[in-house]
Amino acid sequence: MGRQSRSGSIAGRRLALIAALAIVGSACGGGSDKGGRAAEGAVRGGGFSLSIGEPEHLLPAATTDNNGQQVLSALFTGLVRYDPSTSEPRNAMAESMTSPDQQTWTIKIKPGWTFHNGEPVTAGSYVDAWNFAAYAPNGNGNASYFSKVEGYEDVQRSPPRAREMRGLAVVDETTFTVGLREPFSQFPLTLGFQAFYPMPKSGLADPKGFEQQPVGNGPYLMDGPWRHDEAITLKRFPAYKGLAASADAVRLRLYTNDETRLRDLQAGTLDIATSLPENELPAIKAEFGHRFVERDSSGFNYLGLPVYQPAFAKKELRQALSMAIDRPAIIKAIFNGSKQAAGSVVSPLVPGSRADACSACHFDPVKARALLAQAGGWSGPLQLWFAGGSRNDEHMEAIANQLRQNLGITDISFQTPEFAELLSSVKAHKVTGPFRLNWLMDYPSPQAYLEPLFTSGSSGNRPGYSNPRVDQLVADGNRAPSLEAGIKAYQAAEDIILDDMPVIPLWFGKTYAAHSKRVDHVVLDPLSLIRIEDVVVAG
Amino acid sequence: MLQVVPVFFGATFLIFALVYAVPGDPIDALAGARPISPAVRAELRARYHLDDPLFVRYGKYLSGLAHGDFGQSFRGEDVATIMRRRFPVTVRLGLLAFAFEAVLGIAAGALAGLRRRSLADSAVLVSTTVVVAIPVFVLGYAAQLLLGVKLHWFPVAGQEEGLRSYLLPAMVLGSLSLCYVARLTRASLGEVMRADYIRTARAKGFSERRVVGVHALRNSLIPVVTFLGVDLGSLLAGAVITEGIFNLPGVGQAVFGAVKTQEYPVVVGIVTALVLVFIAANLAVDVLYAVLDPRIRYD
Repeated sequence: MGRQSRSGSIAGRRLALIAALAIVGSACGGGSDKGGRAAEGAVRGGGFSLSIGEPEHLLPAATTDNNGQQVLSALFTGLVRYDPSTSEPRNAMAESMTSPDQQTWTIKIKPGWTFHNGEPVTAGSYVDAWNFAAYAPNGNGNASYFSKVEGYEDVQRSPPRAREMRGLAVVDETTFTVGLREPFSQFPLTLGFQAFYPMPKSGLADPKGFEQQPVGNGPYLMDGPWRHDEAITLKRFPAYKGLAASADAVRLRLYTNDETRLRDLQAGTLDIATSLPENELPAIKAEFGHRFVERDSSGFNYLGLPVYQPAFAKKELRQALSMAIDRPAIIKAIFNGSKQAAGSVVSPLVPGSRADACSACHFDPVKARALLAQAGGWSGPLQLWFAGGSRNDEHMEAIANQLRQNLGITDISFQTPEFAELLSSVKAHKVTGPFRLNWLMDYPSPQAYLEPLFTSGSSGNRPGYSNPRVDQLVADGNRAPSLEAGIKAYQAAEDIILDDMPVIPLWFGKTYAAHSKRVDHVVLDPLSLIRIEDVVVAG
Repeated sequence: MLQVVPVFFGATFLIFALVYAVPGDPIDALAGARPISPAVRAELRARYHLDDPLFVRYGKYLSGLAHGDFGQSFRGEDVATIMRRRFPVTVRLGLLAFAFEAVLGIAAGALAGLRRRSLADSAVLVSTTVVVAIPVFVLGYAAQLLLGVKLHWFPVAGQEEGLRSYLLPAMVLGSLSLCYVARLTRASLGEVMRADYIRTARAKGFSERRVVGVHALRNSLIPVVTFLGVDLGSLLAGAVITEGIFNLPGVGQAVFGAVKTQEYPVVVGIVTALVLVFIAANLAVDVLYAVLDPRIRYD
């Protein structure tokens, strides 16, 4: 496992804090403790503010952005949620999720839960929400998360052949079954993602109106409608059946500018700031000390290689390019150490990831030149593609310099279209050289990287890479009898990918938050979200 | 007033064509790195008329507009709603900045113009030169850090404290124009003070207050008013940076974001409204000329 020491220390502090809070909680009598929260912390009341950006959507089926995700994580409780330190899935609303063959899943939910409007959360709330999300004419950005469910292709046809996926069936009030197209051992792990949240009937009837003040089943409910570009206010849901949230009220302030959040935090008018400006990180770290929180993010930054181009067809050449890049030097000089050099294609926060799986990701200019010679050398111009205007210039410049210096490739130029144009060019196989992209996982499984990015014909497979052995091993992992049993096959697939090197792994991102003295227990989860319900207001 | 019609069609079509010409699929920009299913993409492209040729799209937009429909953002929000929410913010900011630059600018300029080579004159000259040389975003961040974070004189960002929240951003936004106004007033007043009719007024025995206030200042304000008229429009349009630094959700931020995501209904709606404001401001300037200089008449 490649987890960093820093997250270990967070976990350590968390434990100490939990112990302290448990004592305080019991001393206060714990009268307001609804769900036996003593094990996790106590209900301490109070209110705090947190900075996010304006969400694009507040509809679970349509929310693809981090800001919307952060809001929904407080308004909804899904079937599972991820342990903030180990990333492992823990049952939340799910009572059990079982399958004899990893293909037909029986999901039992906990009884007695309600939405904020009093409507009971039933098996139907899940099935209806999922069918709504997958039905193509609804235009939901998260539709593809149901692509493994049987009948998905019928609701995605144009015109659609069905309104509902035949794989989903309600058994009784608290039980439903999910039939998948093929075995998928990681299925329970995927269910913490917002696309799988339940929806109340009112929301499905009027999704547009719903978004202005979503009604969920989570620890917090909206205190008034969404005030666009200004604030979203939450208050504790008194009838919540899970662990009650610690603070009474939360004010999510919506910012457009990273620097501005920091200034508000520094002035004491904001309690928690996320998305801190990268160039100020060392100063922020020094200023906030233990009130600065750092965690690996799932963000995988890579240079994709157009393997369909004859110039990039040889894997020795691809390895040579990789070994000519001194990742730690770039991270230190350009990112202020705010990245982690990649030695794999799976983020270190994913169970089953390995910090050092990639032998060709080490900086070794001598070997790089030997590999380049073996591949027949490089002639002509080399174009590096990346999205312009998004702070990529500096490190791409550094990469270009290292390629010049270490491989003697002199004629290097840049192509910097806007992100949307870059993506369109990459998809149309029109790029002529290495292209810089990144990938965020949706659930902490190696499969969330390997299958979408590297299996033949997959939607995120930008280099156009195809290796039947990788396809087979990923399928083996999907078919494995348990979550854990799949990991061996996934690792074997990753080994082949790293040797073939259709992408050059560069680094993994980190996420940061800083907070005021008023709050404590500020934890970033594996999806880089603040655990809003765990934040404790101290004074 | 008739000029509004060609300006309206010209501006909307130009913006339309420009946004249309931006390469790349806006749905990709919307989805980010995550893949989006082909059927959903087709659905969204049809919903926002992205597959239509330019003229068809423009036609659909105009016919919607005729029915009072400004179109929708890619998040499904009505552009009219967005404009209703955001224009008041920018108008408040713009007007406050405008008042700041007009009042302080003319006062400082008059002071410097009347007392040439005095200490006050040098102070105005030096300070305006310095401010003109500083980019707005540097000024904004510096003012925010010093006056907001360190001294707590002003709110740091947002608009939670009502009009008080607008003071600092308005000063930052108006500061550059303030310098121009001050220098313009100073130069113009200096020239007018040497004019014949001022000597005549003095010879008539008018008080110095009347000479300066009625005869000199009124005439010297014509170039200043011209500048202010043009500037009112550019204040509204140029608020992007200030709005961003102080987290004010005005139209500047909306246009900036919408251009990046190619949301043409948002861009076209807001920019067209800004064009109309610009035309109205120029009209007001023309009327003001007549008030300031009795020799100018519109028949």
